[in-house]
Amino acid sequence: MVEVSRHDIIIVGGGAAGLRAAIAAAEADPSASIALVSKVYPMRSHTVSAEGGAAGVAREDDNFEMHGQDTVKGSDFLGDQDVIQYFVEQAPKELALLENWGCPWSRNDDGSVATRAFGGMTVKRTWYAADKVGFHMLHTLFQHSMQFENIVRYDEYFVSKLLVEDGACRGVAALDIRTGDMHAIVGRAVILATGGAGKIFPFTTNGMIKTGDGMALAYRAGVPLKDMEFVQYHPTGLPGTGILITEATRGEGGHLKNSEGERFLVEYDYGVGQKAELGPRDMISRASILEMEAGRGIQGSYGEYVHLDLTHLGEEKIMSRLPMVRELCKIYAGMDPVHQPIPVRPVVHYMMGGVDTDIDGATTLPGLYAAGEVACVSLNGANRLGSNSLTECLVFGARAGLHSLEFAKGSAAGSDDGLRAQAEEEAARVDALRGRKKGGEKIAAIRHEMTSAMESGCGVFRRQESMGAAVEALVQLKGRVSDLRLEDDSKVFNTEVIAALELHNMLDVAEVVAVSAHHRKESRGAHTCRDFERRDDQNYLYHTLCYHDPSGPRLDKKDVTLGRWEPVERKY
Amino acid sequence: MSESKKTFVITRFDPDKDEVPKTQEYEIPVHEDWKVLDAINFIKDEVDPTISHRWSCRMAVCGSCGMMVNGEPKLTCKTRLSDYGDRVIVEPLANFPVIRDLVSELDGFMEKFQAVKPWVIRAKEEAGAVSASNPPKSSKGTFVQSAAELAEFKQFSLCINCMLCYAACPVVANEPEFLGPAAIALGHRYNLDSRDQGLDERNEVFRGEGTVFSCSFANECSEVCPKNVDPAAAVNQAKFGAVIDWATSLVLPRPGASKEGGK
Ligand SMILES: Cc1cc2nc3c(=O)[nH]c(=O)nc-3n(C[C@H](O)[C@H](O)[C@H](O)COP(=O)(O)OP(=O)(O)OC[C@H]3O[C@@H](n4cnc5c(N)ncnc54)[C@H](O)[C@@H]3O)c2cc1C
Ligand code: FES
Repeated sequence: MVEVSRHDIIIVGGGAAGLRAAIAAAEADPSASIALVSKVYPMRSHTVSAEGGAAGVAREDDNFEMHGQDTVKGSDFLGDQDVIQYFVEQAPKELALLENWGCPWSRNDDGSVATRAFGGMTVKRTWYAADKVGFHMLHTLFQHSMQFENIVRYDEYFVSKLLVEDGACRGVAALDIRTGDMHAIVGRAVILATGGAGKIFPFTTNGMIKTGDGMALAYRAGVPLKDMEFVQYHPTGLPGTGILITEATRGEGGHLKNSEGERFLVEYDYGVGQKAELGPRDMISRASILEMEAGRGIQGSYGEYVHLDLTHLGEEKIMSRLPMVRELCKIYAGMDPVHQPIPVRPVVHYMMGGVDTDIDGATTLPGLYAAGEVACVSLNGANRLGSNSLTECLVFGARAGLHSLEFAKGSAAGSDDGLRAQAEEEAARVDALRGRKKGGEKIAAIRHEMTSAMESGCGVFRRQESMGAAVEALVQLKGRVSDLRLEDDSKVFNTEVIAALELHNMLDVAEVVAVSAHHRKESRGAHTCRDFERRDDQNYLYHTLCYHDPSGPRLDKKDVTLGRWEPVERKY
Repeated sequence: MSESKKTFVITRFDPDKDEVPKTQEYEIPVHEDWKVLDAINFIKDEVDPTISHRWSCRMAVCGSCGMMVNGEPKLTCKTRLSDYGDRVIVEPLANFPVIRDLVSELDGFMEKFQAVKPWVIRAKEEAGAVSASNPPKSSKGTFVQSAAELAEFKQFSLCINCMLCYAACPVVANEPEFLGPAAIALGHRYNLDSRDQGLDERNEVFRGEGTVFSCSFANECSEVCPKNVDPAAAVNQAKFGAVIDWATSLVLPRPGASKEGGK
């Protein structure tokens, strides 16, 4: 029989967003029991890989208005302005809390926290700890969380289903990876903090675990996914592996160059104006691809690339501000950025879209909340500014933690028997999948076909035809995935069955991305459609919602919350 | 890209089926620029999907992929295959119980980690009062910390918890309850942080049985550390600090580092 454990709130995800939510709730109510469920040990969460920094107003020459304006403009006017206002005001407080908790932020000479320049930000407002920001933030949060006795961790538990009873979310079915047993972890509210879905693409900065699980869980429970067509390509990934070379390289003065050695963002008009290398990511990624199309790329064994030149910064600056970049280049590109330009090309990095939430992190399903990259609270609109998302995890993680706690207090607990029965059904589904030797399809093969469909359909530049082809390919793959063949019938730490569950999730998420992209007949932010090259506020100034429907994804619209910043042409 | 072949000898163990671990060999084509992890992933995807191992970031920062490679603890996503010959032996990390195949059990490690109180401790009665040991916060709600103060602990904050140092440590091998390099380095990191006042609390942990004093200075931990954290230096300093602190506490009460210093 499936074991049932009870808590007040259940947080799925131990990255920055999940940990921040847990700490907020644990502090606010020491008597509340908070489950923190994660498919990897929290310190392995992909927040760990973030390099560049976290944005929040800190300097005399900066203010909330400016951070807000930069974010709205960066979003190509698809960010909700009430959310942005709240975000910029909370950002410095949250980053200061991390400081109080031990985060080793880099410092100015007077001992105050230092900030650096970042793309699309008019002022230096990105807090940093050398170029290991996500690592330090995650470890600080995780270590700080350990002192709260009311945070109960479920490390290496894979959540495969939301438990919904009487129209409210009351828990999760979670597979204990070590034993292979299904558990029902139940309570009065659930927060999804499961991160992004970069792994639906072949070439990404994301780690193996970023498979869009939370998006798929919410989607299948009837909650819409919002603005999923907006996928951020980061301009500077290492060819081959996709390992990120942080934007902080450009914040610290690095230059992008073509095969002629020209700073193409300066020499040609790509819309970034004076900002040049500090322009927003969508524009710079497009510029890099256009350079390659114009024959000014450089050929390498992993395809074409451009150069990111740091050689003029000098060894001392690189070692003090960008030591990890140097280490990554040496290990994964076999070169030293102190002496040579770094080969880079645009790489899938971040999902602007996600589970539709309001400013409190609440979804349309009572009791279900979401925060961090899995969510779409509409801070980022059509293009996120670098360094806003780590801060987003803190600001909206904390808010979701507090609001879910409030919700939990006023909500009835579900019935053990009813919820256990649901988890048992889920256990049966997983049991049937484990060691399913009668199937004919390989996990790796379907994954490969899915990612190539996404790359050709939903790349930096898109076409109606190629997006349509991607949708069709995904429908086919979703049919084939029901015939998976699994070889591993052991219950103990069976990573094959996890990979199969993740593949199902990714196919759902990929289909929503392609369908949402195909319907948006304009170019806005990261969604660039060659058939419709201009932004079309008349017809498309709205959020795309996508619902799960037995007959396939169903689209709907949601208004953008405008405010003091009227949509104008986005020029830098 | 040039390709060659290598044979991987991988430890297999499924507690439901095997009494003891066995090995299985896989000969596969490898690219010259592959890391050891790339080869294991290739085997998992294309040859034998029943192998269990952990990995995620593939950029040497999440700490998941530690294994023994030809007898040495290695972060496999960082370890170049071209440094090895035709036969590469991959085993789970030494000195840890094995859950399955290449997957080690972290329970004991996580307990040690928590035992050193890896969070900023402020002395309760001092909170708010400005003193040398309780530096003023700036108007922005942050502590003032000089570059030199940051440099004091920075290196010890770079640990990715990959546990290679435990796999290399001769003391851990004999005394499983030994706190071990990473946990001591972590506690020491907070002790050295100008924002922290938990020295006494942690020194009490350090002085406990099976802790800092067990270290025999083999220095193996620092040699295998993929992030140059130098845990041996931390253990060394912590050991010294714990003795000094204990000795002085006999004669002098320490200001701002009270034992009641709360969470
Ligand atoms: C290489 C890289 C560099 C970046 N640099 C920056 C930067 O400099 N500045 C910035 O602002 N942003 C940056 N970002 C973006 C930012 O790091 C992420 O958006 C953010 O860290 C996401 O945090 P999260 O808490 O939402 O999710 P994650 O950190 O991804 O955590 C997700 C958690 O959910 C758990 N989980 C997922 N699925 C399940 C499941 N089915 N069951 C149980 N648990 C599950 C995982 O175990 C994990 O604990 C970067 C991103 C990358 C990839
Ligand atoms: S996979 Fe993250 S450290 Fe190797």
